[in-house]
Amino acid sequence: MAHSAVIDEKQDLWGGGVAPMGASYGKLMMGFFLVSDAFTFSGRLIAYGYDRFKHQANEIVGYIPSVDKWPIPEKVYNAFPFMGHADMPLVFVGLMTFILILSSVTMVLAVEAGQRMDKAAVEKWMLWTVLGGIMFLGCQAWEWTHFIHGTSHGMDINGDGIGDIFGANLVVNEYGPPAFADFFFFITGFHGTHVLSGVILNIIIFYNVATGLYQQRGHYEMVEKVGLYWHFVDLVWVFVFTFFYLV
Amino acid sequence: MSAHSNHTHIEVIPADKNKILKIWKVAGILAFITAIEFAFAFGLDHTWKYTKIVIFISLTVVKAFYIVSEFMHLGHEKKALVYSVILPLMFLVWGITAFLMESDAIFIAISEWYK
Repeated sequence: MAHSAVIDEKQDLWGGGVAPMGASYGKLMMGFFLVSDAFTFSGRLIAYGYDRFKHQANEIVGYIPSVDKWPIPEKVYNAFPFMGHADMPLVFVGLMTFILILSSVTMVLAVEAGQRMDKAAVEKWMLWTVLGGIMFLGCQAWEWTHFIHGTSHGMDINGDGIGDIFGANLVVNEYGPPAFADFFFFITGFHGTHVLSGVILNIIIFYNVATGLYQQRGHYEMVEKVGLYWHFVDLVWVFVFTFFYLV
Repeated sequence: MSAHSNHTHIEVIPADKNKILKIWKVAGILAFITAIEFAFAFGLDHTWKYTKIVIFISLTVVKAFYIVSEFMHLGHEKKALVYSVILPLMFLVWGITAFLMESDAIFIAISEWYK
């Protein structure tokens, strides 16, 4: 491109009607909203790290849950639906991670189909995305139920070999210090709320696609905007998975 | 809706095979990295605790890069947009450092007190 042409183009920028960052207003604002939401989630995860560093870590050899020591995640999250007391550390969260990544992929495919004005394909991939989101929420409901009800042996606090604390609530739990369960409820709960609102948004978008609203409008940009939100939910889960379940 | 357009029949553009393939390739990379994380979680025992933590955090950053860059399309946006999203997040580096240093100091102070 000739040098003068570049200058001409730059002058044209001041005429109005041009998006400065090459993205539409809606997409830009969704981006900035997600930046602020990233800070909210980071605040929660950093607070988790802060409280965890304040406690002594529990020993993995001869692991016994203690109110004073911070629990080891793979000793807490080791149950799988219909498997009884089998010790399957992190398998269920691993499954949840795969479900969410897959629903993110179907969302990208929906966006891609929207750019080609392929209504039928957008409908198909939006439905898969909604399904993935609902499956994830179902898994989380099971995970919470199991966490709240706890195990049959519970936590023994007076050393008589009989469990004294069973399950978890905001005041006390059988896994570790009270703050451990509090962070579990608030971090995974806040993420789950995001997934829930994402599923609702996806259903609305699916409805609008099905009624032909975007076809009439001439573009499928709404799919892209909600897609950004949905990928962000997946992104947050990647971090929650690492800092809450893996390390 | 006042959107009354002239599009009576809109052409469906056929799918670009390479583009679709690339989406599934990124999905494959993400699934593969998660599988590697699992391999390290159970392949290395507790004596490798800190090695594992470093591996997990680095792989998480790699996964985050692919999601943000490819799925959220940020890698293909203008530089101004990329930096206005990435630069504010740099504050988190100090946030994490400061908070974890402080809570570690609290932990040491409490341990000294009860010694």
